[in-house]
Amino acid sequence: MSFTAPVATGRSTTGIPTARLAMWWLLASEIVIFGGLVAVYLLLRLHNPGWGEEASHTNVWAGAINTFVLLTSSYFIVLGHKYSELKETEKANKFMLLTVLFGFIFLIVKAYEYTTEIMHGFTLFKSVFWSFYYVATAIHATHVIVGMLAIYLISRGVKKGKNLHRTEVVGIYWHFVDIVWIFLFPLLYIAK
Amino acid sequence: MAHAEHPKTNYTRMWIILMVLLVVSIVGPFFGILALTLITAFGIALVKAWMVASYFMHLNVEKKYIWWLLLGTLLFVVTLFAGMAPDVLVSEGLNWKNCMVDNTCVPQRL
Repeated sequence: MSFTAPVATGRSTTGIPTARLAMWWLLASEIVIFGGLVAVYLLLRLHNPGWGEEASHTNVWAGAINTFVLLTSSYFIVLGHKYSELKETEKANKFMLLTVLFGFIFLIVKAYEYTTEIMHGFTLFKSVFWSFYYVATAIHATHVIVGMLAIYLISRGVKKGKNLHRTEVVGIYWHFVDIVWIFLFPLLYIAK
Repeated sequence: MAHAEHPKTNYTRMWIILMVLLVVSIVGPFFGILALTLITAFGIALVKAWMVASYFMHLNVEKKYIWWLLLGTLLFVVTLFAGMAPDVLVSEGLNWKNCMVDNTCVPQRL
């Protein structure tokens, strides 16, 4: 029995491919998840000026390096998308794997930060600021890991010339993860 | 969406602009001026997010209803903030006072 793609994969009554529409719906729900976190953080931060002192212990340079890493990885995945559309699968695969590599670099820097902070006594339960810091960054890092896995799995198909449209869909997800970090960076690292 | 439908975005140029904005957002707060920090940190974060969304996610050529979908959920977040803000940020008002502020709350029994 041969496999045929489900009808929903190809139809486009909404004007855009269903897979991409599904990704937008997913991201719409993600906006509420991360947006809720950020809204509550802002409220508590405005109510507690002392959080500025707590935030002064976060490592600005590590945050900046990770911002550079994620912005660059976004650049790589959009190039992967571009070459997928041009059906240059080798190049598309190369840029997708570079994106995964930069995801790893992000996680390594984050692990270094966590280790240093915990060794200095800034643990999850030290204060509400640090609770927020660990929860927000850990949820974000989980999204990075999920994105890396998805990009890697899709890149294997892209290398063989299969399901090239998925590069765009997973790329949209990765850019969203990047945007979340763009806001976490000033909130947690810059505003002292 | 086929590649032909995407505008000819120079992604390398976008990445360079994003890097310049990143440097500005790091350097700005070193001057210690609150207004400058807010503009360089949060203002530039908004610009960076807009650039990534528009040019990398291609929202600039996406169907308009996707914008409404995303902005609609963002409205929920703004509503959450606006709904909680009076309780968190204001300690007293007309005929009411937040007893948590000065520890004058009276324990309630069911």
